[in-house]
Amino acid sequence: MSDADMLGLGGEYKYGFKDDINPILTTGEGLNEDIVRQISKAKNEPDWMLDFRLKSFKRYKEMEMPDFGPDLSGINLDRINYFRRDSDSVARNWEDVPDDIKKTFDRLGVPEAERKYLAGSSAQYESEVVYHNMREDFEKLGIVFMDTDSAVQKYPELVRKYFGKLIPPSDNKFAALNSAVWSGGTFIYVPKGVKTEVPIQSYFRINAGNSGQFERTLIIVDEGASVNYVEGCTAPNYSEDSLHAAVVEVNVLKDAYCRYTTIQNWSDNVYSLETKRAQALENGTMEWVDGNLGSKVTMKYPSVYLNGRGAHGTMLSIAFAGKDIVSDTGARMIHNAKDTSSSIVSKSLCKDGGRVDYRGKVRFARNSDGSFSHVECDTIILDEKSASDTIPFNEIKNGNVSMEHEAKVSKISEEQLYYLMSRGITEEKATEMIIMGFVEPFTKELPMEYAVELNRLIEYQMEGSVG
Amino acid sequence: MSTLEVKDLHVSIDGKNILKGVNLKMQTGEIHAIMGPNGTGKSTLSEAIMGHPAYKVTKGEVLLNGENILELPVDERARAGLFLAMQYPAEIPGVTNAEFIRGAINARLPEDKPLSVRNFLKRLDKTMGVLDMTDEMADRYLNEGFSGGEKKRNEILQLMMIKPKFAILDEIDSGLDIDALKVVSRGVNQMRGPEFGSLIITHYQRLLNYIVPDVVHVMMGGRIVKQGGPELAKRLEDEGYAGLRDELGLDIKLVDEEA
Repeated sequence: MSDADMLGLGGEYKYGFKDDINPILTTGEGLNEDIVRQISKAKNEPDWMLDFRLKSFKRYKEMEMPDFGPDLSGINLDRINYFRRDSDSVARNWEDVPDDIKKTFDRLGVPEAERKYLAGSSAQYESEVVYHNMREDFEKLGIVFMDTDSAVQKYPELVRKYFGKLIPPSDNKFAALNSAVWSGGTFIYVPKGVKTEVPIQSYFRINAGNSGQFERTLIIVDEGASVNYVEGCTAPNYSEDSLHAAVVEVNVLKDAYCRYTTIQNWSDNVYSLETKRAQALENGTMEWVDGNLGSKVTMKYPSVYLNGRGAHGTMLSIAFAGKDIVSDTGARMIHNAKDTSSSIVSKSLCKDGGRVDYRGKVRFARNSDGSFSHVECDTIILDEKSASDTIPFNEIKNGNVSMEHEAKVSKISEEQLYYLMSRGITEEKATEMIIMGFVEPFTKELPMEYAVELNRLIEYQMEGSVG
Repeated sequence: MSTLEVKDLHVSIDGKNILKGVNLKMQTGEIHAIMGPNGTGKSTLSEAIMGHPAYKVTKGEVLLNGENILELPVDERARAGLFLAMQYPAEIPGVTNAEFIRGAINARLPEDKPLSVRNFLKRLDKTMGVLDMTDEMADRYLNEGFSGGEKKRNEILQLMMIKPKFAILDEIDSGLDIDALKVVSRGVNQMRGPEFGSLIITHYQRLLNYIVPDVVHVMMGGRIVKQGGPELAKRLEDEGYAGLRDELGLDIKLVDEEA
């Protein structure tokens, strides 16, 4: 490997760099029960968590790979590093964050000044959170915002009550794997009636090539409370396949509100197989905002279980699949109570042979009288080599519900191009404008710096798309 | 002074010949009107000059300052000084009107010297005032959900902001009530001057009461069959196209004519 490769500067990937960091503890490649015990021991976990991990590991070994979606045969589960630790403890102040890691964030363009704007910043580096800063007012409000490992130590009862309840290890093979080896991730608890306007934000990265990242996020928004959580990911380029198998559980209690925004731009060797699920109780609202721009393969179907009367769930997503990328994403809305409503808006783009499929599910259970769902899938295919499918699945067990589904797959409209070009705008710029306009319903929901970054990434990915 | 000349232009769409040898010459400082019955090729002429990909030029030339522009892509024709106010402008969701117009202006400026946002907004504000457009029109997505009248005003807004050498107005009066017609005309008249020429395509003489042309061309059956001054338009209004056709002894069936 050349120096440029080691620095990751050789690749095409914009943020494809990798800093030279010596892991302090690693369990090496592969996984067995012993390693699961080691992970738990290294974290000094209570017995119940060790038990949970061991049971999950057992399930994981028994379970089959998903029987639908993209080809996952490229993942070599024996070659993955399931755990590594870079720094000994969670840093409270920016000054305590190791220089190498700071450098990585500089390269990513995460300005220190952002901390003032953001409520707290918890950056996941490798498998553990190395930096964690929380604004004092939040602490005063009683909001708990920390890495999930620390939460296990500090709030064992709260964690135990919710952990693995929405997504049991038996849900799917990768959820079982995560449950066995999870590390890091975000824990948020917002007490009753506490509302936060400022988004809570964290950055995630995969660095060393083979290290899987198995973060585990657990959010509890108590009755009448409200929170807006934002995470963004970019990953360094690396020659070997990486696996990202996160589990995210969000509990939105009665009258509460949660928005969970994710932007992912994994490098094109990452398998991103995530399980994200939320439940919304009576009059609660859960909103997923989910953008996927990279990865070799993405499988992700955030869901909302509408378990209380009047609960509301939304999913707004954008997927961009370039060369050799397969994006198989969608949403699931499960109407389990009366007068619940849901909305799914999925925007997809593919080019250079990328494949972007929507796979979604809406289920109206027997007791879902008066419920409503609206699904809208819009795709632009930018060239002949690329492809897209819409695979909706609806299960309706109640006659008194309504559901709308609209799907549109198109190319860049010639009439739109002609119109913009007739005003002197070049074809390349006009195409970019149309694409930006297409994703605008998504970007306008993002915090400003994310919108800027997303626009920059799309611009970058669109470069050279007009011949 | 700039010139625009159409020479023996033949154009077909989907294999059907629409224009069968159009000749026309104009210069900046002049306003020309093209009148003619439905289905006679007026819009085809304007789209062919602008370069719509569906319209195939099979013969002839379009010269801007003596240079044939038919080989140029649409955006280069526009930057060379052409503008077409379209009958059915496309809707572009997610792109604001202001952002689009600024993009169009900046496309004409060196990349490192774009029009500042402040100066742009000042100009935009003023121009929208002339056209009785509300502020929110700047922030709305381009043509999306615009009424017919709003679309027409917006075309004229672009015209006034971009300041082309030659503007073709394709039935800018269709679907406008009298008040909107006056507003649109006010915009075009404000553009009048030695550096601006316009080719106005219309069915009706009404628009020409507000924008008085220097030359009127009558088009029928894919050719220009008569030229004259503003009085020609008035005559057509009184006598209709059929009268002129019969006087000229043309064997052309008018689309709207009853069999």
